[in-house]
Amino acid sequence: MNGKTLYDKLWEAHVVRTNPDGTALVYIDRHLVHEVTSPQAFEGLRLAGRGLWRVDANLATADHNVPTTGRRQGIADPVSRLQVETLDQNCQDFGITEFGMNDPRQGIVHVIGPEQGATLPGMTVVCGDSHTSTHGAFGALAFGIGTSEVEHVLATQCLLLKKSKNMRVRVEGAIPFGVTAKDIVLVIVGRIGTAGGTGYAIEFAGSAIRSLSMEGRMTVCNMAIEAGARAGMIAVDDKTIDYLRGRPYAPPPQLWEQAQVAWRSLYSDAGATFDHEIEIDAGAIVPQVTWGTSPEMVVGIDGRVPDPAREQDATRRASMRGALEYMNLVPGTAIQDIAIDKVFIGSCTNSRIEDLRVAAAVVRGKRLAHNVKLAMVVPGSGLIKTQAESEGLDKIFAAAGFEWREPGCSMCLAMNADRLEPGERCASTSNRNFEGRQGAGGRTHLVSPAMAAAAGIAGHFVDVRSWR
Amino acid sequence: MQKFTTLTGIAAPMDRANVDTDAIIPKQYLKSIKRSGFGPNLFDSWRYLDEGEPGMDHSRRRLNPDFVLNQPRYAGASILLARANFGCGSSREHAPWALMDYGFRVIIAPSYADIFYQNSLKNGLLPVVLEEATVQQLFEGVYAQEGYRLSVDLDRQTVTTPSGQVIHFDIDPFRKHCLVNGLDDIGLTLEHVDDIRAYEARRRKEAPWLFR
Repeated sequence: MNGKTLYDKLWEAHVVRTNPDGTALVYIDRHLVHEVTSPQAFEGLRLAGRGLWRVDANLATADHNVPTTGRRQGIADPVSRLQVETLDQNCQDFGITEFGMNDPRQGIVHVIGPEQGATLPGMTVVCGDSHTSTHGAFGALAFGIGTSEVEHVLATQCLLLKKSKNMRVRVEGAIPFGVTAKDIVLVIVGRIGTAGGTGYAIEFAGSAIRSLSMEGRMTVCNMAIEAGARAGMIAVDDKTIDYLRGRPYAPPPQLWEQAQVAWRSLYSDAGATFDHEIEIDAGAIVPQVTWGTSPEMVVGIDGRVPDPAREQDATRRASMRGALEYMNLVPGTAIQDIAIDKVFIGSCTNSRIEDLRVAAAVVRGKRLAHNVKLAMVVPGSGLIKTQAESEGLDKIFAAAGFEWREPGCSMCLAMNADRLEPGERCASTSNRNFEGRQGAGGRTHLVSPAMAAAAGIAGHFVDVRSWR
Repeated sequence: MQKFTTLTGIAAPMDRANVDTDAIIPKQYLKSIKRSGFGPNLFDSWRYLDEGEPGMDHSRRRLNPDFVLNQPRYAGASILLARANFGCGSSREHAPWALMDYGFRVIIAPSYADIFYQNSLKNGLLPVVLEEATVQQLFEGVYAQEGYRLSVDLDRQTVTTPSGQVIHFDIDPFRKHCLVNGLDDIGLTLEHVDDIRAYEARRRKEAPWLFR
């Protein structure tokens, strides 16, 4: 091997010991904790009489269950309330820093990690949530884990892992007007397929990826898991370092220089080899809309709902038929003719300040279409909400008929009160269009924030490239 | 972790690709702070005709007669036959908890999503990987014959069909060892406390900003 990939470097820097069978004990630098996947892990620690290996490596927040309205009144659903209270109690008992529901820093776990500088280049970052891949945007090795692994990290600060294969997705060229990071990653998922990245760590590279802001890079890495890869990552550059400077958990001034020098080595060497490589022409990407019940079922805004009859593979054909039935769509329908009932702008994919600015610019001075029952904007964190309000974005949304909510996961997975009713169709900036994901019987179309905002105004999907 | 050695049981077919964890156990049940009790809500939105919520008496809900696991011939199934990329989506370990709580101990599929696969192994749920064509043959067997039972032997790494055909499967030796003996990963890792301490000491010098 002539050089190392970014993933090779991150992996090697964290191996504590290698077992004869090739598995390795890998050290975890940062563990993010939320209320849904942690209670059973803390219970396991208590039952075994174990403590935390390293308290300061953990950072917790409540995000999945929290209401996005009327927070002062607490959580109405007693089951959700108990889960959030259990997190509060566990963090208190074990001494973990938690941004509780009413802390101004509370937010979606994958938003607050980077925002606080708790996610840093060169780190291993884990969380009991598959969208932990988001943090790879900082040149970190970040991936989702189950509850047994959460308990394992709490108790040992390590995980027993087998090294993944290396995949590189290069997106080259200038990104056209109206096309965003979300469209890029939807194209990638459509190309690789929902299982194509299984067993791989994906590095996103190329001039188009480098041209993205840190927010955009997080959006891309966030959906690596939708292509089956547990980890997605992007090399460190000036943007990475500029983003982190001065953040609360970032290295203090006396360590900053040393850290920065180390971080600048976090890229794939010129001679590095990848097990699989894909190249995508950014200039050919158009705004994307998913039409089915898997994120790989995606098409351009200028496209039509595909016809399963034209699919050669029997299993795929059956999946397409099932998806169209669930989505109540007819093959051949122009995507722009699909009317929507609700709009959701938020989630760990698209709830950062840049996303909200883009959406606000689309709806400024306009009104929600009459057929749209509800459009909600859910900022990713309390700090983003405050920032957006200082820029007057909340007023723009409100004037357009969009509801401005409190931060959390909200209708990305509908564990709180925000959900689709059976049969409702939603333009959503989230990451999964699985059956029932946003509410039993709900129909989800994944799009960028600009596309979701425009669909809310038009009442159906429209091409933001020609928006005025 | 529950040990796994051998099992003979009825196989049930889950004949669709990319079955995601939202389908295996919908989000409303993830509010539980327990590890058990998810069985009645396995495949909840396919299995029942009404919308389920935590705390309901699930025995009184209307079953979807068309859903495969509601068919009497698959009652008591302990082996789930599935298609490619089973368990894709979220990292919720509630998915293997629900499958096991329902009574499944083995899944047979051409491929799994990574996190689901790991989560299953850590709970004593055996995810067997077989080639697509072999899985297809098992599906045909299940459909053709009521009471189709498979025997799974982890030590020998075999699946045996009712006709006596023996199919070999591969599994990571370490994971096999843990499953057969019901070993706790944490206990094993804590045998290497000195290695972890040594790593931390070295890393603290190299990258002190990581330890604050």
